[in-house]
Amino acid sequence: MSPMLFYPIATMAVIFALAVVLAKSPVRSALALVAVMGLLAVSFAFLQAHLVAALQIIVYAGAVMVLFLFVITLLNLESDRGIGERPKVSAAGLVAGAIMAGGLVCAMTGLVEPAARNVALPEGFGTTVVLARQMFSRYVVAFELTSILLLVAVVGAVVLAKRTAAENVEGVTGL
Amino acid sequence: MSDVVFDWVIPGVKSFLVIFMVLNLAAMLLWIERKGSALIQNRVGANRASILGILPFNFGFFNTLIADPMKLFTKEEFVPAKADKFVHGIAPFLALFPAVVTMVAIPFGDSVELFGRTIELQAVRLDVGVLYISAMVSLGVYGVVLAGWSSNNRWALLGSIRGSAQMISYELAMGVALVSMILFYGTLDLQVMVRAQGGLFLGFLPNWGIFYQPLACLLILVAGIAESKRVPFDLPECEPELISGYFTEYSGGKQASFMLSDFAESVMVAGILTTMFFGGWQVPYLSKEGFALPGMSPLALPALAITLMQVGAFMLKVLFFCWFQILIRWTVPRFRYDQLMTLGWKSMVPLALANLVITALAILLLETPS
Repeated sequence: MSPMLFYPIATMAVIFALAVVLAKSPVRSALALVAVMGLLAVSFAFLQAHLVAALQIIVYAGAVMVLFLFVITLLNLESDRGIGERPKVSAAGLVAGAIMAGGLVCAMTGLVEPAARNVALPEGFGTTVVLARQMFSRYVVAFELTSILLLVAVVGAVVLAKRTAAENVEGVTGL
Repeated sequence: MSDVVFDWVIPGVKSFLVIFMVLNLAAMLLWIERKGSALIQNRVGANRASILGILPFNFGFFNTLIADPMKLFTKEEFVPAKADKFVHGIAPFLALFPAVVTMVAIPFGDSVELFGRTIELQAVRLDVGVLYISAMVSLGVYGVVLAGWSSNNRWALLGSIRGSAQMISYELAMGVALVSMILFYGTLDLQVMVRAQGGLFLGFLPNWGIFYQPLACLLILVAGIAESKRVPFDLPECEPELISGYFTEYSGGKQASFMLSDFAESVMVAGILTTMFFGGWQVPYLSKEGFALPGMSPLALPALAITLMQVGAFMLKVLFFCWFQILIRWTVPRFRYDQLMTLGWKSMVPLALANLVITALAILLLETPS
């Protein structure tokens, strides 16, 4: 990925990420987050990882964020409370942010083994075939464990959403 | 020829052509819908747009194409006082954008040799073509949700909630049906899919996907019409109940872009169906060697003629499916909301899953392990 492409995309991603935090209206925050996801997908596409780019859009922009927006528009939140009004949340955010920033600095200064730089890409890098081979051989345990985790989440969601018979009679007729 | 031409100019020209084609076809479909509905309902249809009324015959096609956008774009654009103006403004673009850009992944012809290079007649050659399509289809929801929410109008919000629920529900069936097509062709690359549909099936039929996967074709057609939010799936708009649904508060050019995005989605569905089930640019009995009916020696044709015929065949098929969707739109009445959800979740999703399992089993049993 040439710097001519990287810097504009990365700058835009950072600007939109700031907009997620700073926007007053929750819908605009969510929209800015969609834009961040889109720009990440664009960077993946320029890094030859077409599959990851497509999945980024399908999963995050196309599914997760749509549900976010769906909920936000239904609740019709006026505006979020300011950052300073919830000290515990702010503190947790600060700690998490500091850890991530520290990780980034370590990676950039080479304190930990950096990802390989300027190495010629192996044959078929980023293609679906190569990625799928890796996923179903080397990383198969992690892959299957992840799917069990998702299954648990789905079952949990159904259990939480399921109403008892009495509640059903009172009747929420749906949308 | 320099690399710049091949790396930048030719892809640029191809992308421009495809997007130009989609936008114009969508605008033309507006006219076809006006005249086609008149034909179906035995009335005259749009016939008043002649230039100054002096022409002896009516260039209805040409005039309506100009008159409609002129009327729409010169109207006052009204934004409700309490609307979120920024979101209200970008929603039409978010609706139009995914519908228009989807077609760049769809191949419209075989590869051609030019100046010693092979050029695929496909705006962007993607390793993950099918996933790109489903990614873009899933982005179509934003325009609907945001238009309804930002209008600050309860009918619009109701329309957008209906719209997003409907689109999310039918995306699922469409996605699973697409997965069975991925299994069937063993690739995500749309050009490879079209190439696999050359040759003959049973010795005399063209080797098209529809003969192997009729159920997936039906599911993708139905889900596609549901995604384009047209009758019988037009509950998000639903004039008798919701005025105009999620774009109630839109007028002028922005309303036009919502209309255009519906038609562009029709073109997109036609493109997907053509590519996966009806041979894409393949002309029956035509191959690189020339034209050959079963059991006869091939009739050799020049390469340019074959390419032109293939591009023409793709366009014809796309036009046919656009017309087919308009035919459905003016034939079938609108669903009730519970019928819509029942069809989506209790018929289409289980059918798509069953189709997927059967396809997977068939591939497992029939294919020799490599």
